[in-house]
Amino acid sequence: MTVGHSLSIEDRVRAIVTAHDGERGRLLPILHGIQAEFGYVDEAVVPVLAQELNISRADVHGVITFYHDFRKAPAGRTEVRVCRGEACQAVGAENLMAHAQRRLGVSTGETTPGGDVTLEQVFCLGNCALGPSVQVNGRLYGRVGTERLDTLMAEADAR
Amino acid sequence: MSTPVTVYVPRDSAARSVGADEVAAAVRSAADRPIRVVRNGSRGMLWLEPLVEVATGEGRIGYGPVRPEDVDGLLAAGMLDGGDHELRLGLVDELPWMRGQDRLTFARVGVTDPLSVDDYVAHGGLAGLRRALERTPAEVVEEVTASGLRGRGGAGFPAGIKWKTVLEAAGPLKFVCCNADEGDSGTFADRMLMEGDPFCLIEGMLIAAYAAGATEGYIYIRSEYPDAIDTMRAAIDIAHAQNWLGEGILGSATNFELFVRVGAGAYICGEETSMLESLEGKRGMVRAKPPIPALSGLFGKPTVVNNVLTLASVPMVMADGADAYQARGVERSRGTQVFQLAGNIARGGIVETAFGISLGELINEFGGGTGSGRPVRAVQVGGPLGAYIPASDLDLPMDYEAFAAAGAMVGHGGIVVFDDTVDMAKQARFAMEFCAEESCGKCTPCRVGSVRGVEVVDRIIAGEDRDTNLDLLEDLCELMTDGSLCAMGGLTPLPVRSAMRHFSEDFLARDAGDRTGTAGRPVPEDAASGPPAP
Ligand SMILES: Cc1cc2nc3c(=O)[nH]c(=O)nc-3n(C[C@H](O)[C@H](O)[C@H](O)COP(=O)(O)O)c2cc1C
Ligand code: SF4
Ligand code: FES
Repeated sequence: MTVGHSLSIEDRVRAIVTAHDGERGRLLPILHGIQAEFGYVDEAVVPVLAQELNISRADVHGVITFYHDFRKAPAGRTEVRVCRGEACQAVGAENLMAHAQRRLGVSTGETTPGGDVTLEQVFCLGNCALGPSVQVNGRLYGRVGTERLDTLMAEADAR
Repeated sequence: MSTPVTVYVPRDSAARSVGADEVAAAVRSAADRPIRVVRNGSRGMLWLEPLVEVATGEGRIGYGPVRPEDVDGLLAAGMLDGGDHELRLGLVDELPWMRGQDRLTFARVGVTDPLSVDDYVAHGGLAGLRRALERTPAEVVEEVTASGLRGRGGAGFPAGIKWKTVLEAAGPLKFVCCNADEGDSGTFADRMLMEGDPFCLIEGMLIAAYAAGATEGYIYIRSEYPDAIDTMRAAIDIAHAQNWLGEGILGSATNFELFVRVGAGAYICGEETSMLESLEGKRGMVRAKPPIPALSGLFGKPTVVNNVLTLASVPMVMADGADAYQARGVERSRGTQVFQLAGNIARGGIVETAFGISLGELINEFGGGTGSGRPVRAVQVGGPLGAYIPASDLDLPMDYEAFAAAGAMVGHGGIVVFDDTVDMAKQARFAMEFCAEESCGKCTPCRVGSVRGVEVVDRIIAGEDRDTNLDLLEDLCELMTDGSLCAMGGLTPLPVRSAMRHFSEDFLARDAGDRTGTAGRPVPEDAASGPPAP
């Protein structure tokens, strides 16, 4: 967890829960809030959420694990998501993914040893006429060939 | 002082993905006289993005695709007066791609500033809502039913009939939920509508709410669409300030509150009952039907669930009347469909036109064939659960029933083109892989069958007991079709079987040296595997 916060994890989680007071079915918005704050959803939040929302720990855990978005561990400094949807496959997405894996020396879902880059797959970014599509730290890029991907990763790294 | 020239540079995320922000910045800093930059939605001619438009006396002149480094040259060539340049396209409204379309749902997308209230109203916004509020809810339901509008999310269920069920259901609390999960590869129209004309979706939801007697609404947007999420949230805030949302809307007795909810990377949450579970804060497990969501939906209350395009078509239906909408289209597919040309295509983007146009016209006339310049070999229509159609069947008309009769589906209107380098055994494998990855896990044929499916295709590709394994794959497909609760497991066999049927040569054993090529056929020497050149 990030240093420099005087509040405990529990207090920060409770504050996020409070921010969603009055919303119906608020577990997903809360989990998004937790991921935005901490960069991932730590196991330690499960009992806090269970208590705050008055549901079982198993239920909270079940929801967290159901959705691909909620990370169990922090991502690397740069998160690269390569689209593997059919429209991007039609213009070379599988090659691009293979290139990214070779280049970074990791497989899909892994982070490079130094914690620099996390490589993820995603099925469609809604940019299917301008594929292959890639998201780098949440920003969408189209027509990404292998060279452009290398440039994008280098630029993200330099920031 | 001369009045500033209006320059349009899209804010659509597809345009941004190829540099629209950088182009907008370059235009702002390099312009040598006062300009007003409007960040509009995209016209849907995505191969021309970033498409810059300049307002002139004759109309809007387009330039594209513009790179930031082109901007100085464009300005020197007199772009701000519509001057000539090799990137000059002419009047955008007169381009064949635009003229060949019938834009109703997408009428304002790319034309207006998406978050400008004045633009919205000046371009016909709110006319549908005002006309609806002058009628009884039952009359609105009647009009939408008479228009023939069917759900654009995939299943094609008549919108008016669904609304009628909710209207007639008793209860003080009812919901309207907009399905903006748009998980299908090859589709992006929901996203473009939300980014390019968010008030239109809000107006459609208001009309649905009024017709069905609902007071609260949710838009469930997939997390992969951060720009759409931001734009919809901003539009809702503005709509509130205008009293288009909240209490006593436009001076009527209608109240409606609207919220954006963000998905979390699960394709199955596009299935309506899974989406409702997710909105309730649960795992996105598909519910058994009945009860149907119209009677027992969100938190067990009567709920209208409609796709973005369905709801965004409603304002136009109400403004111009059922007859105008119903007059377009063929057979039981009425009105227009927003087709999306994607994949290996020279001119990809949005083509809104009446149902009945052929697949070939869309791909060849609008799309200009493949982006690689190679022959079209296969086309997947309707997303990951849609059939692969061979190039020989491109005369198929875009019509729900004609597609169903051909063992395919129109779905959300996404058209993904592949050239002759595609390996259809790999595409069949991917369909199974995708199902295994995205299954909600409730039923065994889907959860386990898809994992087995991947293994079986792998054995076929490796040349092990080909005939036995092809039979096994056929059996698995049958099991999934018959034994799955929802279309995820139930329709995954569609791409798999269509690949086997139309491209059987790809399922022949291949020799060890040919793993990357197309089985049974020589690998084309010049097979391009990279993206088409911009
Ligand atoms: C696996 C699966 C995924 C689906 N994904 C979507 C989707 O992303 N968006 C959508 O509008 N409908 C999707 N649907 C269809 C919905 O279940 C539902 O039919 C639709 O939202 C109803 O709205 P409509 O009548 O306006 O089309 C999906 C269905 C299935 C089985
Ligand atoms: S078919 Fe698949 S996705 Fe649909 S309910 Fe069954 S397991 Fe879930
Ligand atoms: S398939 Fe890659 S963006 Fe849609």
